[in-house]
Amino acid sequence: MQRIGVFVCHCGTNIAATVDVKAVAEALSHEPGVVVSQDYQYMCSESGQNLVKDAIKEHKLTGIVICSCSPRMHENTFRKAAAAAGLNPYLVEIANVREQCSWIHKDIATATDKAVILGKAAVAKVHLNAPLTSMESPVVKRALVIGGGIAGIQTALDIAEAGFDVDIVEKQPTIGGKMAQIDKTFPTLDCAACILTPKMVEAAQNEKIHIHSFSEVTDVKGFVGNFTVTIKKKARYVDETKCTGCGLCTEKCPMKKVPNEFNMGLDNRTAIYIPFAQAVPKVATIDPNYCLMMKTGKCGVCSKMCSVGAIDYKQQDQLIEEKYGAIVVATGFNPIKLDKFDEFAYSHSPDVVTSLELERLMNAAGPNGGTLLRPSDKKHPHTIVFVQCVGSRCDDEKGKPYCSKICCMYTAKHAMLIREKYPDTEVYVFYIDVRTPGKNFDEFYRRAVEQYNVHYIKGMVGKVTPKSDGQLDVQASDLLANEQLHINADMVVLAAAIEPDKTARPLATMLTTQMDTNDFFTEAHPKLRPVESATAGIFLSGACQGPKDIPETVAQASAAAAKAIGLLCKNSITCNPCVAQSDELMCNGCSSCEKVCPYGAITYTDKEFRMPDRTTAIRRVASVNPAVCQGCGACTVACPSGAMDLKGFSNSQIMAEVDAICK
Amino acid sequence: MQVNDNKDFQPTIVAFCCNWCSYAGADLSGTNRLNYPTNVKIIRVPCSCRVNPMFILRAFQRGADGVIICGCHPGDCHYTSGNYYARRRMTLLFSMLDYLGIERDRTRVEWVSAAEGQKFAKTMNEFTEAVRKLGPNRRLEDLRCRKQ
Amino acid sequence: MQEAMISKAKALLADGTVTRVIGWKRGEFVYDVTPAVFESAQELDEGFVYDDFTAANVSKYLIKESRKEGKILCFLKPCDTYSFNQLIKEHRIIRENVYIVGIPSDGKLDAEKIKSKGITGILSAQRDGDTVKVETLYGIETLPLADAMLEKCLSCKSKKHVIYDELIGEDGEVIDSDRFDMVEKLENMTAEERFEFWRSELSKCIRCNACRNVCPACSCEKCVFDNPQSGVENKAPADSFEENMFHIIRAFHVAGRCTDCGECSRVCPQNIPLHLLNRKFIKDINSLYGEYQAGEDTTSRSPLTNYDTEDCEPKIVHERGVE
Repeated sequence: MQRIGVFVCHCGTNIAATVDVKAVAEALSHEPGVVVSQDYQYMCSESGQNLVKDAIKEHKLTGIVICSCSPRMHENTFRKAAAAAGLNPYLVEIANVREQCSWIHKDIATATDKAVILGKAAVAKVHLNAPLTSMESPVVKRALVIGGGIAGIQTALDIAEAGFDVDIVEKQPTIGGKMAQIDKTFPTLDCAACILTPKMVEAAQNEKIHIHSFSEVTDVKGFVGNFTVTIKKKARYVDETKCTGCGLCTEKCPMKKVPNEFNMGLDNRTAIYIPFAQAVPKVATIDPNYCLMMKTGKCGVCSKMCSVGAIDYKQQDQLIEEKYGAIVVATGFNPIKLDKFDEFAYSHSPDVVTSLELERLMNAAGPNGGTLLRPSDKKHPHTIVFVQCVGSRCDDEKGKPYCSKICCMYTAKHAMLIREKYPDTEVYVFYIDVRTPGKNFDEFYRRAVEQYNVHYIKGMVGKVTPKSDGQLDVQASDLLANEQLHINADMVVLAAAIEPDKTARPLATMLTTQMDTNDFFTEAHPKLRPVESATAGIFLSGACQGPKDIPETVAQASAAAAKAIGLLCKNSITCNPCVAQSDELMCNGCSSCEKVCPYGAITYTDKEFRMPDRTTAIRRVASVNPAVCQGCGACTVACPSGAMDLKGFSNSQIMAEVDAICK
Repeated sequence: MQVNDNKDFQPTIVAFCCNWCSYAGADLSGTNRLNYPTNVKIIRVPCSCRVNPMFILRAFQRGADGVIICGCHPGDCHYTSGNYYARRRMTLLFSMLDYLGIERDRTRVEWVSAAEGQKFAKTMNEFTEAVRKLGPNRRLEDLRCRKQ
Repeated sequence: MQEAMISKAKALLADGTVTRVIGWKRGEFVYDVTPAVFESAQELDEGFVYDDFTAANVSKYLIKESRKEGKILCFLKPCDTYSFNQLIKEHRIIRENVYIVGIPSDGKLDAEKIKSKGITGILSAQRDGDTVKVETLYGIETLPLADAMLEKCLSCKSKKHVIYDELIGEDGEVIDSDRFDMVEKLENMTAEERFEFWRSELSKCIRCNACRNVCPACSCEKCVFDNPQSGVENKAPADSFEENMFHIIRAFHVAGRCTDCGECSRVCPQNIPLHLLNRKFIKDINSLYGEYQAGEDTTSRSPLTNYDTEDCEPKIVHERGVE
C-alpha cells in the first residue's frame, strides 16, 4: 500500500494569493494513498525541507508530491531532500501550481480547482513511480582522434596538453591533411607549411600522442566513456620502427612513373615514397600497385639499399583494438570530382585546373618548384580566369546545394599572389556573390580588387573551349554590364565545391552519429552544442561538420578538445536514470525502436526464452544501453507492442495523469 | 456544427509539453504573468516524440474536449530529431481523426520555444476558445468514463 | 494449377529441400478453405487444395513455422509476397527456413459476397471470363465476376512477386489500381457524414479480433489490447471502445507497415471495411511523404520511423479537404 505525502507551498504569497493552499491540501488529503497533506509558507527553505524530511520518516512515506513552483526550478532540491530522508529521489513528483497556475490565473476559485487537479495528477503519477538509481559508468582516460589534418592535430595537441593520452588515426601515410598541400594561407599570406609543420612535429614528439598513420577505423563498439575501437594498420611494407626516413630507397627506386597524389597527380613519385619532405611520421611506404618486387618478384633495390633492414615485402595489415573514453571525428573534406562539369573542359585540357591543383603549381615544393607555369607547355600564363562556385550552391544533382565557404577567400588569395608575382598576368574572377565575412577578410578581398586590379566580374562562365593555338576560349556573361564576354585565357582555375571525405558516412554508421543529406556530421545542437555530436562522447572537429577555413577549423578543434577533456576529467559519468527499457517478453525484435533512436542506444540480441508450453525459443529482442540512452522516448511510440517504455515517464504514469486531469 | 458559441461551456484541455522548450515556455508565460484559461492542464513529457497517439485517444475517451501537443521548433529538438517523428505521427493521427469525422479543432500541434512565453499564452487562449466553440466532445468520449 | 503445385511440393519434399509445406485444405464447404501444413506426399494428395477460394495469405503463419526445425515450402501469391517481405524486414520470419514458390493470381472469390446475392447451397464455382458460374444444391447460377470477387482483389495493386525462390508461371507487373477511390469519396463527405459512416460501420464490431489475428503486420508477441500495462487493455466489446480506441490504435500501429493485403476486411464477420482505415494512412503517407509501398523491399525505412526536415506541419489536416 502506498503512503503518499502531499506538501503544498505558499511561496510567500506567490501561490497563496491566488490559490487557496489550505483547500488544496485538504482536497488532496482525500486522494487514495495520501496519508499526510500539509501546507507551508516556503517549502524550499531549510525548514520547509525539514518538514518534508520529517514527514517522510514519521509517516514512512513511499512517495511525495510537492505542489510548488516549476520542477525546472526545485525538482532537484526536493529530490535531494527526499534522498536525505531515505526516500528514493525518483519517488518525488512536483505539481507546478505557481508558473502554471497561480501566476497566470486571477480568480481564486478556478485557480484553486486547477491546483487541486494538478495535484491529483501528480498523486496519480507518483502512485506508479518506481525507485530509480543513477548508474555510474567509468571513463577510460584516453581519446581517439579520427583524422590527422590540422583539425585532428590541434585537437590531439590540446587533449595531450591537458595530460590525457590521445591517438590519431590517419588514413594517409602522413598526418597534415589538406593544409599540408596548401601554399599560402589567407588573409595573412603566411606559408601554410611554415605554420603547420611545427605542429606536426609537436604532435609527433608529444609522448601523450600516438600517431597511427596509414590506418583506418574499422569497428566501434561501446558508448560514452567506454568505446572499444578496432584500428586497421594497413601494410606499408616498411617497418615503421626501423625506418629512419633517410630517403635513400626513394632515390634509388627504379619505378619512377607513379602519379604523385600529394601534388594532385601533376608530377610523379617512386613506388616507395615519402609523401613530402616534412611528412610525419617520416617513414617510407611501398605502393604495392606499382612496386616491381611486389608485382613481378624481380627488383628488391630498396631492400638492398636500406641499411636498417626496414623493408618487409611480406608485411600484413594489422588489426589493433584499443579502448577510449572519447572520440573526436576530424575526417575533413575533399574537393568534388569535376567529371560532371564538362562545360569547363576540365577533363579535356591540362590547363584547366582546380584551385587545389593551383596551390601545388604555385608551391615551392610543387611540380614546378614554385614557378607558375601552364601544365600543357610549361610556359608562363598571361591571362588566368577563375571560376567560382563550381558545384557549390548548385540546384541540380551534379553539385552541392550549399556554399563551400572557403572559395571566395582562397580565390582572392590566388589572384593576389599571381598579380604580386607576375604583374603582367591579367586575372579575371567570375563570381555569383563574393562572400567575405570574417576578421580582415573583406579588407583582404578589397585589396585584391583595388590594389592588385584583379578583374572581378559578376556572372557565370558558360563554356571553356580549348583552341588549336593552345589557348582557352572562355565564354561568359557579365551580369552587371549585361553583355557576353569571350576571354582568351592561358589557364582556367575552377573553385570546386568541397564535400565531406568519403570515409565519413561508413564512420558515422559505426559511431551511430547523425549526418545531414550532404554527409556532413550533425552537431548535437546547431547553436548551443556545435562541437558535440548527438551521440554522447563523440565530438566533431573541423570540416567534417561543415565547410570551414583554417582559423574556424582550429577554433572548433580546440573547442572539441575542451569538450573531450571535460569528459576525460571525470572518473565516471552519472547517467540519467529516466531511460528507456525494453520488456524482452513482449519485444518483437522488429527494429522500429532502433531506427528512431538518435543515439544508437538500442541493440538486438538473440535470446533463449522459455515459452508457456515449456518449449524454448530463440527470439531477437531489443535492449537499451542506459549509459547511452538520453530518455527522449521516441522508441516508446515507435514500438508497436508497447514493449519499450520510459522510466519516469512510463505509459501508465502518463495515462494516470491524463485520467486525473480528465476526470 | 453547433450554432451557439457555447459561452458557458468550460472545456477540459490537455496539453502535452516537452520538457526542454514548451514546458519552459509555459513557465515563462507564468513568470511574465501572461494569462490563459484554467481549462488548460499541462502534462510534462521529455519530448514531443514521447506522446503516444494512445495518450490522446485516452484523453478524449476520458472526456477531454481538446488535446494540444507542444514541442521544440523543428530543428531545435533537444534530442535532435524527436519533434520530426512527432510531427509525422501527429499529422497522420489528426488526419485519421478527421477522416473518422472528429472535429478538427479538437487537436493541435504547436511549436513553442522556451523563450516564447507570449506565444504559449496566445496559443492556449486561441485553442481554448476554438474548443469552447465546438462544445463538449461527444464523438470520442466513452460514457462509462464520465464522472458520476 | 493445383496439380502443378502439388507436384512441385512433392518434388521439393522428395529431394529434401523442405520438410513441410504450408498450403490450404478444405473444410466443410467448398469455400471454407484454411491454411494447413502438410508433411508428406500422401498428406498433399489427400488434402492440398488450391482454387478460387484459397485467398488466405499464409505469410503470417511463417513467423512460427520458420522457427521450427527444417525448411518449409510456401506458395505465395503476389500480394502475399509483400507481407512476407515486410515480416522479413521486421525480423519476424527466418528467411533461410522458408522456400518460396511464387504463384500467379488473378483474384479470388468471396463466398460471403456470393451468398449476399441470395445464392445458397454453393457446391462449386467456375470462372468464365467476366462471369462466375456457381453450382448450387438448387441448380446453376451465373453472376458477374465483380459481384463474386473479393474486394481486395477488385482493387489489386500488384501482380508482381517481390520475393521468391522460384515461380510457377510468369511474373506480372505492379498495377495502377484505383484502390484509393473509396477513401477519396469519404474524404469528400462532410465531417458529420464521415462520423455517421464510421459510427455505423465500427459499431458493428463484435471484437472477435479476427482482423488483428489475421493481419500480417499485427504480429506482436503480446498485443497492447491484451496487456494490462498498456493502459488500453480491453478484451471484450464494451460501449464505444471499439469505435473510439481499438480500430484507430490498430490502424495506427500498422501504419507504414501495412502492405494493404486486405485480409482484415476479408475475415471480418461483420463486413466492416477495415481496409479503408489502413488505406487512409497509406494514401496520406503517399501524398505527404512520398510514395511508399510497405513490403516492396526489406531495407527501406518505414515512413513512421523516418522524417524529413521539410515535412508538412500537422495543421495541413485543418487546411485541406472538407470539414
